[in-house]
Amino acid sequence: MTPSAGSTQARDSGTPDVVTIAGVSLVGDPGGAIYWPQERLLAVADLHFEKGSSYARRGIFLPPYDTAATLARLTRLIVRYAPRAVIALGDSFHDGGGPDRLADADRTQLRALQAGRDWIWITGNHDPEPAKNIGGEFGGALAIGALTFRHIPHGSAGEIAGHLHPVARVSHRGRAVSRRCFASDAMRMVMPAFGAYTGGLNVRDAAFADVFGTLDFVAHMLGDGRLYAFAARHCRPD
Amino acid sequence: MALVRHFEMQILPDGFARWFAQRGWQPRDHQLELLAKAEAGKSALLIAPTGAGKTLAGFLPSLIELSARGATPRKLQAAGRPVTRSQGLHTLYISPLKALAVDIARNLETPVREMGLPIRLETRTGDTPASKRQRQRRDPPDILLTTPEQVALLLASADAPFLFGTLRRVVLDELHSLVTSKRGDLLSLGLARLFALAPQLTSVGLSATVAEPGDLRRYLVPQPLDGTAMADLVVAEGGAKPDVSMLDTKSLLPWAGHSARHALTEIYDLLKRHTTTLIFVNTRSQAEFLFQELWGLNDDNLAIALHHGSLDVAQRRRVEDAMAAGQLRAVVCTSSLDLGVDWGDVDLVINVGAPKGSSRLMQRIGRANHRLDEPSKAVLVPANRFEVLECQAALGAVADNAQDTPPARTGAHDVLAQHILGRACGAPFLSDELYAEVRAAAPYAGLVSSDFDAAVDFVATGGYALRAYERFAKIRQGADGRWRITHPRVAQRYRLNVGTIVEADMLKVRLVRSRRAGQHVLRGGRVLGEVEEYFIEMLTQGDTFVFAGEILKYEAIVENEVYVSRSTATDPKVPAYEGGKFPLSTYLAARVRAILADSRTWRALPEQVREWLEIQEWRSLLPPAGDLLVETFPRAAKHYLVCYPFEGRLAHQTLGMLLTRRLERAGLKPLGFVANEYSLAVWGVGDLQLRIGNGTLSLAKLFDEDMLGDDLEEWLAESALMKHTFRTCAIIAGLIERRFPGEEKTRRQLTISTDLVYDVLRKHQPDHLLMRAARADAVTGLLDIRRLSEMLSRIKGRIIHKALDHVSPLAVPALLEIGRETVYGEASDELLREAADDLVKEAMQ
Repeated sequence: MTPSAGSTQARDSGTPDVVTIAGVSLVGDPGGAIYWPQERLLAVADLHFEKGSSYARRGIFLPPYDTAATLARLTRLIVRYAPRAVIALGDSFHDGGGPDRLADADRTQLRALQAGRDWIWITGNHDPEPAKNIGGEFGGALAIGALTFRHIPHGSAGEIAGHLHPVARVSHRGRAVSRRCFASDAMRMVMPAFGAYTGGLNVRDAAFADVFGTLDFVAHMLGDGRLYAFAARHCRPD
Repeated sequence: MALVRHFEMQILPDGFARWFAQRGWQPRDHQLELLAKAEAGKSALLIAPTGAGKTLAGFLPSLIELSARGATPRKLQAAGRPVTRSQGLHTLYISPLKALAVDIARNLETPVREMGLPIRLETRTGDTPASKRQRQRRDPPDILLTTPEQVALLLASADAPFLFGTLRRVVLDELHSLVTSKRGDLLSLGLARLFALAPQLTSVGLSATVAEPGDLRRYLVPQPLDGTAMADLVVAEGGAKPDVSMLDTKSLLPWAGHSARHALTEIYDLLKRHTTTLIFVNTRSQAEFLFQELWGLNDDNLAIALHHGSLDVAQRRRVEDAMAAGQLRAVVCTSSLDLGVDWGDVDLVINVGAPKGSSRLMQRIGRANHRLDEPSKAVLVPANRFEVLECQAALGAVADNAQDTPPARTGAHDVLAQHILGRACGAPFLSDELYAEVRAAAPYAGLVSSDFDAAVDFVATGGYALRAYERFAKIRQGADGRWRITHPRVAQRYRLNVGTIVEADMLKVRLVRSRRAGQHVLRGGRVLGEVEEYFIEMLTQGDTFVFAGEILKYEAIVENEVYVSRSTATDPKVPAYEGGKFPLSTYLAARVRAILADSRTWRALPEQVREWLEIQEWRSLLPPAGDLLVETFPRAAKHYLVCYPFEGRLAHQTLGMLLTRRLERAGLKPLGFVANEYSLAVWGVGDLQLRIGNGTLSLAKLFDEDMLGDDLEEWLAESALMKHTFRTCAIIAGLIERRFPGEEKTRRQLTISTDLVYDVLRKHQPDHLLMRAARADAVTGLLDIRRLSEMLSRIKGRIIHKALDHVSPLAVPALLEIGRETVYGEASDELLREAADDLVKEAMQ
């Protein structure tokens, strides 16, 4: 058993869930973002804006409200933490044409969120090229202090990555619950996908063992108003 | 009768009369009547019990007409001139079951061969080879036997006018079962199309007895824009009254549970005394359990088989064939055998557990003894005390020949969307023309034009208020005003997704050798059947469960297959999957309430049950038939509320959800609830009895109908059941595509989760066509809101509260189910909290 399950349990409700990576204390928000208080930095991964319209090109008409829904959740976090900088950890758009398909209202909302703060788009495999019409700055990776922010996890020390869309499943009394989660050990973290239509990959998939080397990592599952931490070895595979 | 015989002389041609005579048969009255209807060019509904020669009656007019029209040239002559061809497809037979279509074709071949009729008949199902299907479209047989899905596919092709233009008759078999589902909606739309393509078409519906024959008669013919039209009705003479009894068990009747373990030896004795017995149960897990236990007692080595919908098709066919060949003494089965192939020599039907509905039970009983003049014999085996009451009510219903088949459906909008796309795939259509055609289908007769337009808009671009997808449209209106598909790919995808049957995600169960130490590769053996993915996801390697009549050990999931090995365990973890759970019918429920209310009727009940009711009357009370009894009592530091609406598990679960919300708001800290078919128990920390006593909690307010307002809306927002319903609608309507067997796990992870789509849509466009379709399904389906609503209005001002100091006899069954029954998918955060607590405890030890 890892100590984190106990520590999550022991804290008072209302106090933030703190996840420590490479000695840096980060707030894990149950909305699926992390906040770094010392740097006043908010990070989210895998926004997958315009995934709906991307599918629509192939005749699958998912409701075209996913970008607005994702932006609304992001807005709430930005209002709560008032960060000085926001990092979007790659795959911010579902495909290269996404920035052009952005609805006017959504573009306006995005601009409003960017106003008065740094906004960094880390490039991802879905959006490898910088886009012109979405503000912000672009980069393949960003190192700040002990932490490095990038899209695809390498497993290096101090790494905060996305890409894998971690989901954990636990079962109890014959019933199972599946939730998005932060997957982390003391040195690295894979963040949950933030986008409204993003699916997930079970943390027991081999891809996570590649990142963490072992099963000695913790899945911090996103609950209503708090995180629930489970040792990965206690989580169910698919 | 003399009149009918006169008919016979006139309309049965010599060859046919001779054939009947050679077999020693008399044409039955209803067969001749149906023939007369056909001669007169009329559509008709035939209601007949099993064994009444229903199928032959349905086909006789076609066989006679076809033999008169004589042998026809089969070849097409294309070159240069307008195509002249054979007289084309004459009769289309549609069955709910693929196997039934194949079986009927086999049976029809006998008279065709023996009378030497120049008739070509063929089947067309999902199993028909592509080359044959191609050929059937160019060169159709005289009679085609098929399923609703195949009809939809044929109608969605450009060949449809050619293929169906000559059609004279459509025969719909087992109509009572088809019309109760979305398949029936889809078929009704197909039927409307057939009537438009073939103006000389008449229909014949074959059905078991139903409560409202008028619903089926309307279904069979195109509805005019004003008023209604009905097919003629032909009712076959009923057979002998069935001989039905309740097992008079010598054992102690259980208080709860559905296993009927107490009656096993008595059931086995019945098998020994009969030639062939069908044993019906309500769920697959009950079937597995009973099969296992009967073999445990099977000292005489009787040939007992198992049949349910999850077993491998080949295995099911083997059981059916062995049954038909008279090799089996008994088959334990679920509703998978409610319909289908007729077997002559079943001499006993045993129904284990609750009968659920009167019509359902009578159809099951009808599976025994197909000789009309002899009574079918059936024994009801209740598995617990409440089921005794239900069985007693069912005996009364059978004696009265009372039917309780569900009322006619209102056509679902997701099905309409699928049909509209299919029509566009077939040929370009004008909106107004299609709207008129659709309203000819009885389930859609009341469709308003705004809903029709919304469905067209949905098909075209998703039907969103935010017009984001115009340039990606699937169908588009041309300059001629006709809607047509924008790309051939649209039609290809339609064909892959046609139909209304949306299964839970299933995994194949494959038998392998158990994993030995150090051995990693598991070699695949034979496939035993399919099981719901969610069930397997709860297991870990080494867990045992009963499936296909064996105790199996779960080894691994490899792609989309579950690998299992044989286990020597004696105490398996029994499957929790519960296919075929039907709620208690409203009609039987009312009869049960009437029995409870009238102690004079208790004489017919077993001693143990009578005693149970008498103690209940003494300790609490038994309410008058229309009233709702609510009992409150403390127990083990908790406070309980138990009520007895008798409205079925689904309605009770919904009620439980809504009551706990209200109790929460009243500060009574509810902790949980459990619902069964008859009652609902809610418990919590707060003292309900005290609050009712001092007037700070009103039961009338607690059970007020207004719970179906905001409370229901709030709950629906997060209900997993609602999401489940939404998924089905989204797949049928074509919003998302079906998963296909053989698709890799990784591929499946990429498919969009409909739960996420639901969340987004609910927030941004809650009145979207799919949200309304899902809502409509929930009202009658998994949430049974309609029934709850009727109950709440019935009990207004008729709640009887009994404050007790401990549990009443009537409450015991519900309390025994606490912990055994869980509500699907709710309160998952609570579960996470508990799981986290458990792990903490584990860590501290």
